[in-house]
Amino acid sequence: MSGPILVAQSIAKSFEGVRALKGVSFELLAGETHALIGENGAGKSTLIKIMTGAVAADSGTLSVAGEIVAHNNPSVAKALGVAVIYQQPSLFPHLTVSENIALALEERSGWRRVDWKARRERARVLIERAGASIDAERLVSTLSMPEQQIVEIAKAIGANARVLIMDEPTASLTEREVESLFRVIAELKSQGVGIIYISHRLEEISRIADRITVLRDGEAIATRDARSVDRGELIQLMVGRPVNAVFPKRTVALGDVMFELRGLSSKEACVSNVSLGVRAGEILGVAGLVGSGRTQLAETIFGLTPADAGEIFVAGKRVEIGAPADAIACGIGYVPEDRRKHGVILEMPIYANTSLADLSEVSHAGLIDSQEEDALAARFIEQLRIKTPSGQAKVGTLSGGNQQKVALSRWLATKPKILILDEPTQGVDVGSKSEIHGLMVELAERGMAIVMISSELPEILGMSDRIAVMRGGRIAGILSREEATQENILSLAFGHVAAPARLP
Amino acid sequence: MKRYGQEISVAIAIAALGIVLAFAAPGYFSRENLSDLFLSNMPVLVVAVGMTLVILTGEIDVSVGSIFAICGVAAGVIAKAGVPALIACLAACLIGAALGALNGALVAYVRIPSIVVTLATLTALRDGLRWATQGAWVSDLPLGFQWFGLTQRVYPVVALITSVALVAAVGWGLRNLAAGRAIYATGSNAEAARVAGIGTHKLVFLVFVFTGALTGLAAVFNSVRFDQIPSNAGLGLELKVIAAVVVGGTAITGGRGSMAGTVLGVILLGTIGPALTFLGTSAYWEQALQGVVILAAITIEALRSRAEKREAGLAAHRV
Repeated sequence: MSGPILVAQSIAKSFEGVRALKGVSFELLAGETHALIGENGAGKSTLIKIMTGAVAADSGTLSVAGEIVAHNNPSVAKALGVAVIYQQPSLFPHLTVSENIALALEERSGWRRVDWKARRERARVLIERAGASIDAERLVSTLSMPEQQIVEIAKAIGANARVLIMDEPTASLTEREVESLFRVIAELKSQGVGIIYISHRLEEISRIADRITVLRDGEAIATRDARSVDRGELIQLMVGRPVNAVFPKRTVALGDVMFELRGLSSKEACVSNVSLGVRAGEILGVAGLVGSGRTQLAETIFGLTPADAGEIFVAGKRVEIGAPADAIACGIGYVPEDRRKHGVILEMPIYANTSLADLSEVSHAGLIDSQEEDALAARFIEQLRIKTPSGQAKVGTLSGGNQQKVALSRWLATKPKILILDEPTQGVDVGSKSEIHGLMVELAERGMAIVMISSELPEILGMSDRIAVMRGGRIAGILSREEATQENILSLAFGHVAAPARLP
Repeated sequence: MKRYGQEISVAIAIAALGIVLAFAAPGYFSRENLSDLFLSNMPVLVVAVGMTLVILTGEIDVSVGSIFAICGVAAGVIAKAGVPALIACLAACLIGAALGALNGALVAYVRIPSIVVTLATLTALRDGLRWATQGAWVSDLPLGFQWFGLTQRVYPVVALITSVALVAAVGWGLRNLAAGRAIYATGSNAEAARVAGIGTHKLVFLVFVFTGALTGLAAVFNSVRFDQIPSNAGLGLELKVIAAVVVGGTAITGGRGSMAGTVLGVILLGTIGPALTFLGTSAYWEQALQGVVILAAITIEALRSRAEKREAGLAAHRV
């Protein structure tokens, strides 16, 4: 190991008034593997984007190999030797390995003759240096996931990367494939490359990393020597913040089990053997890391990726859900995560969005009664305090919080018995956020069973009666409101089983 | 008013054309000429009604010209077998619906892009018909088939009433029926429509079936005007129809448009060519001018939707 190859000093960055990074300092040595960990939204990806020039920092300095990078952008970062490998390889599937490498490395002059022999030879050498042997003439679409990662690494080596950022490189790899990736990393280290390694898998980090830096709420909380730190301490460091927001949670007398899953599985959605029950008046929080299968579970319940095994019960009666219309008919509502893509139709006016999931409510014999439809929209505009000139306004012209309220009204209009909310307050302003929380409590008091998926731990802890933690498409454990803490939720989510976990 | 921007521009263009013609070539508005114009454009209008629905759901059907030819020939063959004209008409609609179902099933359930499916059926059906008929036309049609057995003066009235009723019914349904709403929602954002419980696959399938049936109807109304049915009818019909729908303001990406716009699009593109002849210009310019009109219409539409997106984009950043 030698001197620092990359130094970030007091980097700050805000997005529309939200402070994503609040003066983060970070140092990477040549020949070091430095792990970067933190909860969802701690600021890891923003920091990476600043290093790779994809996003400009508001303040702070970044220097590579002792030189301050004044105006970073992706091509400057590339020239300085900063390369990044994302979780999903970004290769051209219909081109060969050598062509993919050539595209990344060659000057792009359209009239230059292609030296195919040199391309193949370079690809072969680079892949060998990445510690693998892949035929350079194979199409990338025929490569396995780890082979594709090797190609990405070969591209980085070919670009003379001095800093290699790996964002969850093992997320889609099997154990054996992870081993071979680790050998490549060791090889790169010995060549003096500095590696920034982002992962949610703590066991893996303590094996591969030299140092670990923990990010939390946009701040670098601590940097520890990987050999001397234990996982409990890391989780403590990642959480470490008091639950400061006030949630309007009230205790509701719980009714009968309204909604139950028994061994629900869907191969397509990678959901396996999920069993849980929700009572009338109960809010079940679903926690887990990004990619743990929370949204996939919701989509399986709702019939978007129908289950291939297991049973769903609504109010004690077994139901078959093969399409969203079946779920709606059973009294299930689903406010999806990506509201602009799935939650609302931006090009349509508020009234049409509000009535869309239950047009029969405002129509007679298939004929829409526009007066009733307007009245329905007006009722929700008032009840949810949607800020709009009128119900005729297109949803695309509303703010994020108000769009989310329109998405909510669509499902409330179906008078559901069970409401699934996926990240209900993501990208929503503070005011709307607490209004949405208030509404959830009101709905629970009226006997609705609510399933709330959220990446925000304070929200999960503040709003839920019970918390199901997911990992790898399964339920890792279910915690009661009393026993749930940020620490034991994260322990379950990261697969560090020391917390009291009660399986359903 | 902004909502009907494109329809209004097309209406103004038609009005301007009308004023020029009224002064320069008053003969254009003679009863005979208008009747001829209407009868020759009626097939385009009827197919365009279905095409509007197809394009509103975000799909396209370029096979209508071939379906049109098959249905026309089929109607003639059936009529020659001694079947009443109305039953032959119904049979042609059913054959059209079946061919539409083939397109629809491949698009909606096998999930092949509609442009690919209908390009394939366009050539396959056209050449299939050529092979079956060996290029021969259907002649010696029974008397009861021509003009549906009506007089040449009554027939245009029947055709007009049929067209108006069809356009009005579908246009009304699109605005007032839950199914119409589902079409707009699917074309705007099929994923979101699916989450809202709309059976988008079935809907797309049915829209193709409906368009096929209307193509059969159009083929019959076209065939009864002549004493022979050509086996190569409807060549290029798909382009005329799609152009009329798009000129009428229906977004080619789906989700936006109206039946009124389609009617105006058919009128503009249908009158502009013959108008040239009346104004003493060479008819060779017709196609070129139609091309210019289409380009102008889609350019205006593109600029309009970009401006709208910009507006919406700005608003969405306001929290």
